[in-house]
Formats: sequence, structure tokens, C-alpha cells
Amino acid sequence: MAWLKRLVGAALVLGCAGAAAGWPLSAPVRLDAAALTQLGPGDAAKGKRIFYAGGCTSCHAKPGSQGDARLQLVGGLELKTPFGTFVPPNISQDPKDGIGGWSVEDLANAMLKGVSPSGEHFYPAFPYASYARMKPSDIADLYAYLKTLPAVAGKAPGNSLAFPFTIRRGIGLWKLLYLSNQPVIPLPDGTPDPVVAGRYLVEGPGHCGECHTPRDFAGGIKKGEWLAGAVAAEGSGVVSNITSGEGGIGRWSAADIANYLETGFTPDFDSVGGTMVDVQRNMAQLTPEDRAAIAAYLKAVPPHPNGYPARKKTVN
Amino acid sequence: MRKLVIAISMLALAGSAAFADPILDRQALMKERGKIVGGLSKVVKGEEPFDAAAVLTQLQALQANAEKLDVDALFPKGSDAGDTTAGPKIWEDMAGFKSVEDKYLAHVKAATAAAPADVDALKVQINTLGGDCGTCHQTFRIKKG
Ligand code: HEC
Ligand code: HEC
Ligand code: HEC
Repeated sequence: MAWLKRLVGAALVLGCAGAAAGWPLSAPVRLDAAALTQLGPGDAAKGKRIFYAGGCTSCHAKPGSQGDARLQLVGGLELKTPFGTFVPPNISQDPKDGIGGWSVEDLANAMLKGVSPSGEHFYPAFPYASYARMKPSDIADLYAYLKTLPAVAGKAPGNSLAFPFTIRRGIGLWKLLYLSNQPVIPLPDGTPDPVVAGRYLVEGPGHCGECHTPRDFAGGIKKGEWLAGAVAAEGSGVVSNITSGEGGIGRWSAADIANYLETGFTPDFDSVGGTMVDVQRNMAQLTPEDRAAIAAYLKAVPPHPNGYPARKKTVN
Repeated sequence: MRKLVIAISMLALAGSAAFADPILDRQALMKERGKIVGGLSKVVKGEEPFDAAAVLTQLQALQANAEKLDVDALFPKGSDAGDTTAGPKIWEDMAGFKSVEDKYLAHVKAATAAAPADVDALKVQINTLGGDCGTCHQTFRIKKG
């Protein structure tokens, strides 16, 4: 997680600069009234789709759980980084240990602004930099769906980060640079509907870019190499280039991509692996139309060569 | 000079012998797995007609393939180095790795024993087996650049 180290380092530098320039710059910013009125009543049935598109279980389910136990969102997964461990918390409906006591506005502020009910910044290990592109009404639907899931007691252990990474305030300046609700890839008028729908799913709830895009010196997404593949943020290895550029998936048809998201099989009959397995299992819960939209968007994004360094050949 | 030539050709010979290169051998078995399951998933998707006898033959081939995968011989210590996507977790948790493979083998055997009579039955089996591929690849494989 070298990028995260750089991210926090940069945030700290910025934090000091911010302190000099004015502490208010790093203050948490909540949603404005206009955004809150767009929340609407919320529909649990629609929220289920957002839940799987957003991959909440990948990080918040009990590590190693299978089947229905994936819906017990007790947290506890360890996201190991060189400077400490992030632990996604309990987001079940338990009023004390989970988020059973949260309002829909609380959830919207967490997902769209990265701000907690008590007014602190969340770390971007919670992928709100992508979720920020979601429609408020989708958050309300998700909230309604989360309400249908079980309350499970038990607090996950907190993050164990070394000082000075424990300082949340610096993240406010990082947000000034990287938090935006605007699309990454501008699409001209007349772009076919599935491509536009796919853009929303990939850039917003799907947060595909969080893993598939390389990061800059401050840990921000390099939009100029969007989905070009990257050195894995967590653990070792690389994440695939999913553009049509060299090293990417240009040979795959849109149907191949949709089939991979549904079944986990690649066109050359390999099977999905690594952190993509949870993502694929979530994608399998979506409708064929949604998977086709994601595929259509991936075929439409600008091609890039691999965003990670070529492998050093081992010579024996 | 002549000795050198002989030595080189002997090396080449050794290289082509069975189990001389565990990485290549296990990859060949995995590729075969992929090919068989890929063929069966075409039947599931209706791209090829369902023929009960042909399907059973394929499932039997998948079972033979799984029985051939001798973990001790094909995943010796140190064989995570080189042109391989095998992850270090295999050697950190050899018992866990073997139990995932055993579970997969049990599912393949159950599929062969229950010889699917129609596409729906085959679909259920392919979903289970495909899930097993992902479960193992999730923990025990690493994509490298
Ligand atoms: C990549 C991993 C990851 C994914 C995916 C993820 N989260 Fe989280 N989430 C985290 C981490 C890490 C934190 C803690 C951040 C911190 O400590 O600042 C968190 C915190 C939260 C919190 C704050 C809880 C509290 O008690 O303060 C909420 C609410 C939340 N996530 C909801 C969701 C929802 C809903 C989804 C799916 C749409 C989701 N998360 C997907 C990693 C993730
Ligand atoms: C948690 C990190 C993560 C997220 C989030 C993620 N991916 Fe992946 N993805 C991976 C990894 C790792 C691989 C390599 C898988 C392997 O080794 O088999 C991969 C592989 C793929 C591949 C296959 C590429 C190939 O050449 O085999 C596609 C297609 C893909 N991802 C699409 C997506 C889409 C679409 C999304 C968003 C809905 C997404 N991914 C979100 C980590 C991620
Ligand atoms: C018990 C674990 C395990 C199971 C089960 C498993 N695999 Fe694998 N697979 C591996 C490992 C480990 C590798 C990496 C081998 C290497 O590169 O040395 C691999 C590699 C592969 C490869 C790439 C081979 C190459 O040429 O590099 C394919 C294709 C593949 N597996 C297909 C499958 C399919 C399809 C299934 C299910 C029917 C499956 N595997 C089940 C562990 C497993």
C-alpha cells in the first residue's frame, strides 16, 4: 500500500500547510440542503441492487464468511498497510455497535462526503471518493435495504495506525483535491444509454477505479490512466488493465466481459482470482442489463497501456 | 566442446521429462481444467446442445484431471518463484490449500456420480465447481505484472 503511505504523508504536509493557511480549510463539509431533499423516501428492493453494486459485503462482512452470513455486516476484515491496519467497522443494524441508530442523512454524509455523524473525516480506505458520484436517491434506497439486514452485536477492533497517521483532520485537504461528484470520463451527447448507465455503475457504486487505476504522489486517482491497471493497494501483485490498451482486455467482447462478471470465467477459460472474486460474486447478483451496461462502458473508455511496471523476468 | 554439447542436450531432455518442471505441469493441468469447464459452460449457456453422454465424458475427464493434481509433487517449496501465479499463501497454509482442492475434488466426484440429466442439473453443478475455482484462486493465486 505504498500509495496510501504517500497519501497520508501528503495529507500531513498539506495538513501543516493548511494549518498555516487556515485551519478551516480542512474542516469536514456536510451535504447541503439541496442534496438532502433529493434523498426521497427510499425503496429497499432497489437498494439491494445498490448494495451489491457497491460491494459493501466485500469489506464489512465477517472475514471468510460464506452464503447468508455475508449479510451480517459486523466488520473486522484487516486491510493491512505498511503503516498500520484499517478495519472496516460494524455497519449492521445494531444500535450500539453498528449503525442502527443512524439517520439516512448520516449515511448520505458518510458515503457522499466522507464525514461521520460526529463530524470527523473518514479515511479514504472507505471508498467514498467513488461513492461521492452516487445519486442521493440511491443512498436512500440503500439505507432502506440496510434496514432489512440483521443487527449483530460486537464491535470490530479499531484501526491500528501508527502516529502520525492517526490524525484525521489532514484528510480534509486531501478531499479538497480529490473528492468530486463529477464523472471521470466525459461522454458526448448521444452516447448510447447503456454506456452512460455503465459509467454510473463503474465510477460510482462499483468503485472499480479504486483498485484498477494507478495513483499519483498524493494517493489520488490518476484520471489520465483511468482503469489502466495498478500495483495492488493491499498485499502484493497487480490489478489488471481493463481498458482496451496494450496489456488490457481489448480482445474481450462486451459479451465476454458481461459473462466474466456473471460467472467468473475469462474468454480463455481461466477463472477469476484475488480480490476480484468478491467483486465478481457481487456483480453476479446484478441484472444482465446492468452487467451489459458495465461491459459497454468498459469498451468505451479511452485505451491505455498497463498502469503498472512490467514484471522483472526471473533468470535462473 | 563435445562434452558441452552432450551436457546441453541432456539438460534439454531432462526438461521435457514428466514432472521435471512442476510449474509447467500444474499449469497444464489447470489449463485443461479451464478447457473442460469452458466447454461445459457453453452447454449451460445453450451455445451447444445438451448431450448427456458427452457431458458425462467431460465430467469424468475433469475428475481424472483433479485426481492427477498431486499437490505435494506439483507444489514443492520454493516453486512460487519463476513464471507462476501461485501465491505465497500456498506454503504458509498448505493444509488449507489442500482442503480447498479436496473439497473441489469431492464436488467433481459428486457431479460425475449424479450424471446430470438436463441443462438445469448441469448448471447447478457448474456453478458449484466454478465457485470452487474462484475460492481457491482468491486466496492462493496472485496476478503479477
Ligand atoms: C474497500 C473496503 C470498503 C468497502 C467496499 C466499503 N467500506 Fe465502509 N468502510 C470501510 C472502512 C475502512 C471504514 C472505516 C473508515 C475510517 O476508519 O475512517 C468504513 C466505514 C464505513 C461506515 C462508517 C461506520 C462508522 O461506524 O463510523 C459506513 C456507514 C460504511 N462504511 C458503509 C459502507 C457501505 C454502505 C458500503 C457499500 C456501499 C461500504 N461501506 C463499502 C471500508 C469499506
Ligand atoms: C478490490 C479491488 C478490485 C475492485 C474494486 C475491482 N476489481 Fe476487477 N480485478 C481486481 C483484480 C485483483 C483482478 C485480477 C484478477 C485475477 O488475478 O484473476 C481484477 C480483474 C478484473 C477483470 C479481468 C481482467 C483480466 O484481464 O483478466 C475485469 C474485467 C475486471 N476486474 C472488472 C472490474 C469491474 C467492472 C469492477 C467494478 C465493478 C472491478 N473490476 C472492481 C481487483 C478489483
Ligand atoms: C486448490 C486450488 C485450486 C483450484 C480448486 C483451482 N485452481 Fe486453477 N490455479 C491454482 C493455482 C495455484 C494456479 C497457479 C499455477 C501456477 O501459475 O503455477 C492456478 C492457475 C490456473 C490457470 C492458469 C494456468 C496457466 O496457464 O498459468 C487456469 C486456467 C486455472 N487455474 C483454471 C482453473 C479452473 C477452471 C478451476 C475450476 C474448475 C480451477 N483452476 C481450480 C489453484 C487452483
